[in-house]
Amino acid sequence: MRSLTFSKALQRSALLVAVSLLQACATVSSPDRRDPLESMNRSIFTFNDTLDQVFMKPVATVYRDLTPSWMRAGVTNFFNNLEDVWSIVNNALQLRGKDTGDSIARVMVNSTVGLMGFVDVASDLNVERHTSNFGLTLGRWGMPAGPYLVLPLLGSSTFRDTAALSVVDWQGNPLNAVDDTATRYGLLATNVVNLRSTYLGAGAIVDGAALDKYSFIREAYLQRRRNQVFDGEPPEEEAPEP
Amino acid sequence: MILKWQQKVAMKRNFLRQMFASCLMAVAVCGVSFAHADDETADGLIKRLSVDVLDTLKADKANLTGDVGKVVALVDTRIMPNVNFQRMTSSAVGPAWRQATPEQQKRLQEEFKILLVRTYAGALSQVSDQTISIKPMRASPEDKEVLVRTEVKGKGDPIQLEYRLEKTPGVGAGWKIYNLNVLGVWLVETYRSQFAQEVNAKGIDGLIASLSERNKTNGKKA
Repeated sequence: MRSLTFSKALQRSALLVAVSLLQACATVSSPDRRDPLESMNRSIFTFNDTLDQVFMKPVATVYRDLTPSWMRAGVTNFFNNLEDVWSIVNNALQLRGKDTGDSIARVMVNSTVGLMGFVDVASDLNVERHTSNFGLTLGRWGMPAGPYLVLPLLGSSTFRDTAALSVVDWQGNPLNAVDDTATRYGLLATNVVNLRSTYLGAGAIVDGAALDKYSFIREAYLQRRRNQVFDGEPPEEEAPEP
Repeated sequence: MILKWQQKVAMKRNFLRQMFASCLMAVAVCGVSFAHADDETADGLIKRLSVDVLDTLKADKANLTGDVGKVVALVDTRIMPNVNFQRMTSSAVGPAWRQATPEQQKRLQEEFKILLVRTYAGALSQVSDQTISIKPMRASPEDKEVLVRTEVKGKGDPIQLEYRLEKTPGVGAGWKIYNLNVLGVWLVETYRSQFAQEVNAKGIDGLIASLSERNKTNGKKA
């Protein structure tokens, strides 16, 4: 039954991609210099958004309604802890001493006292999280972000972040070390559904706040990444006021 | 592929969740507008508001959840007096603002305000156990425009939340917020490209119509 619904969703999505790729030929009304591939990006964005609406969001909503919040928090903590491992490497590569130290302390504390990461003891001890990845490491050492890019399924990215993600970042995922295929994919599926459930509220806010969801998310993503590269203090690109 | 997906979703998730949490905090911080001393510093103002509003919110939460109208009224009366909304709107609209008639400018402000107030009101009821710390300010006393940097601390990554304030001329007018950023994402800039798009395609009246349409849709959902 579930697989039937899923294949239906896939069919609908495939149709949508076809339609939106046709529309991609339409010209863009307000070109943005950071987004030369806007018409293609918009098509992929629409595909992602539709897939999310018909599949990911309903699944995540059911998951949220069926599980107790302490359990979801535990799952979130567990995967955050795995992510922190990769943050150690990248914070170190960026020569961010405190962030590296905090990340190491977090993984050590949470993996042991925090029962394999399910309890975020480190946050209770005020050891802050500093997530990082290889795209940010490249940015830190001066590589420009390049054009904005929307990836199928994955969403907002840039040329730099995509290169970092496909060549380096995904190999830094500790889940790769899980040998049993079924276990590995089970963990991945759990993570994705759990992650989606954590931003159901945020998604509703964006839906209500945006005039054009595509531009809204693009702007937020680009500003956010730039801010991360410059450690919270990016130089002004242009005057903030007209 | 799925590995990448998972990692990517993780990034996006963090980002959105933090944005969300910080929006709440932004609401909280802008909150209270009691009479304040003329010589209050900008970071002093933000600090006082943060403490006041967080406390009010936590104490009053039971009354406020489930009644959007009440929350909208609360945001309207408490937040807006501390915001230079005309400046916020005009810089979001960009160069087209000067070509707009006074009537269009008024409509733009009204619709944009409804949009933002409702967005924040929707988020307000979710404030939980976060606290705020104010970072040291780098400004000289004669500055008319300053940046106040704060950090929201709760579970997980600390969330950057910053305000740009201007000193309003006149006695007793004090500091007013004219832009804010959550995790480095500035509110005004985020709307600027969307607004420019509408204006280019459909003119100023088109933008007003889109805003009003958005507000109507949001109103129905509530």
